[in-house]
Amino acid sequence: MRLLLIAPILIPFFAAVAALTAWRRRPLQRAFGIAGSVGLLLAAAGLFESVRHHGIQSVQIGHWPAPFGITLVADLFSAVMVLTAGVVGAAVAFYSLGSLDPERESFGYHPLVQILLMGVCGAFLTGDIFNLYVWFEVMLMASFVLLALGGERAQMEGALKYVTLNLISSALFLAAVGILYGVAGTLNMADLSRKLPEVPSGLVTTLAMLFLVAFGIKAAVFPLFFWLPASYHVPPVTVTALFSGLLTKVGVYALIRIFTLLFVHDTGYTHPLLLAIAGMTMVTGVLGAVAQIDFRRLLSFHIVSQIGYLLMGLGLFTPLALAGTVFFMVHVIFSKAALFLVSGVVCRIAGTYDLKKLGGLYRTAPGLSLLFLIPALSLAGMPPLSGFVAKLALIEAGLATAQYAVVAVALGVSILTLFSMMKIWTEAFWKNPPEPERPREEKSAAPRLLIAPISALAILIIILGLAAGPLMEIAAQAAEQLLHPEGYVESVLGGIQ
Amino acid sequence: MEMLLSLVIGGLYAAGFYLMLRRSLAKLIIGLSLLSNATNLLIFTAGGLTRAEPPLVPRGADRPTGPFADPLPQAMILTAIVIGFGVLAFALVLAYRAYQTTGSEDLDAMKETDR
Repeated sequence: MRLLLIAPILIPFFAAVAALTAWRRRPLQRAFGIAGSVGLLLAAAGLFESVRHHGIQSVQIGHWPAPFGITLVADLFSAVMVLTAGVVGAAVAFYSLGSLDPERESFGYHPLVQILLMGVCGAFLTGDIFNLYVWFEVMLMASFVLLALGGERAQMEGALKYVTLNLISSALFLAAVGILYGVAGTLNMADLSRKLPEVPSGLVTTLAMLFLVAFGIKAAVFPLFFWLPASYHVPPVTVTALFSGLLTKVGVYALIRIFTLLFVHDTGYTHPLLLAIAGMTMVTGVLGAVAQIDFRRLLSFHIVSQIGYLLMGLGLFTPLALAGTVFFMVHVIFSKAALFLVSGVVCRIAGTYDLKKLGGLYRTAPGLSLLFLIPALSLAGMPPLSGFVAKLALIEAGLATAQYAVVAVALGVSILTLFSMMKIWTEAFWKNPPEPERPREEKSAAPRLLIAPISALAILIIILGLAAGPLMEIAAQAAEQLLHPEGYVESVLGGIQ
Repeated sequence: MEMLLSLVIGGLYAAGFYLMLRRSLAKLIIGLSLLSNATNLLIFTAGGLTRAEPPLVPRGADRPTGPFADPLPQAMILTAIVIGFGVLAFALVLAYRAYQTTGSEDLDAMKETDR
């Protein structure tokens, strides 16, 4: 049981080390990359099952008792996040075998992906806020290199913006952690949750705002999201899929964690603010997307828009809303990763990401068109798919708390999402190709290695939609644990008073 | 002492942000490093300043007697310095590569991806 908690961090770590020792030997690196990702997926599934049956689990690293040592904790929300990360990691690992150029693969792509996965899982599992900072840095460092790997001009420009904004965010995060330690005398999140009520409320709110800005930059919320559309479309599509699925979501995870566990002293001030930010994020993201004609830039703006829905559930702060957020998180990670992977296949077939130059893909690749439609319609919230269930829960929760403005925004943004997904559909798949088809042989079919991971994600999206009842039950349980942090505190600190 | 350090920290933050608002790539990097150093000092100050009281346990006792400096903020700063150093080294290389590929040190010239 204890090993299960550490495994999602150790497996990618060992895979990365092994892959590093196989420097420039591509087959070996590939083998280690696949082994690490699949191993992580299995470990995450085991952890999820264990947490579902035995409740919240924690382990004290090095046997230092709770508030002093580093704690790893897995509640249901963490376990769900780790499992989702495992699925995306495995899908991307298989996809990259078929899509990546040999140079990037031999110069450290596989170990970097494993380190990124390690950082992400570490951030999901840690129970110590300074340790969270360290995991963020591990993850960021890997993402910096992944973004710049290849050295194209666009990549350099994108990476500079990404690195600068993320370093500012890290500095703010670290400053907030330092002040937090100064006022509360502890950094263990469970311990903080007990001690923060004794700290003057104004000071705690100030700290909450510092954390909000720091994590807000990382999660790309309104008005802090501009780095994302400027950088996410520059690296190879596997990297973008991984980033879109995991990195911003870690920021959202951190926001959810601190605004349910630590900063719940003044929900009348903080949570309506979160709700307002959520609404603005949805609107600005989707409006940015509507104006784009580049496949990947359009999807990048949609990442921003979807972050708004996640925050909406946090801002509403009811059991149903948080359950909706947990469900939405899984849904959006799968859908977004699938859409980016589809855009990669489209570029492979047609040679461009420019929607104006694309066309006629429905005729040449009908299977791919279907694989695009499933996540696209799910993102827009069409009924049998996962997005519908998640949005329904969020909107029901909004109506129940009489937050009609944000509900109206969420519904309007759904229509605009559908509109821009249909724009991709008509431009890339439906309309006739702009110029007479160039005779290119490899145009006909995409390699199976690229299609298989997308199909797996698409099937998962359908399953999420069809098995919504039992899965929503799990999400509700996770929300229950988030809203009642006593269980979390009890699991970490045990009987210590 | 707290007052003095607070002023230093504020000055460092201000200088850091000022440098980052310039269009020069090199100043951007210097600004970033000032920012991370200001943060380290902030942790140090927020953790409480204690002068000449090392956190040592005297022989025969099981905890330090009397007032002692809290070692934890210093441990945090040490971690932060190491991470900041690594990140800064990477940022320098990245800036150099960006300069090589774009042929310019002007941040305004790096807008090709924004169109």
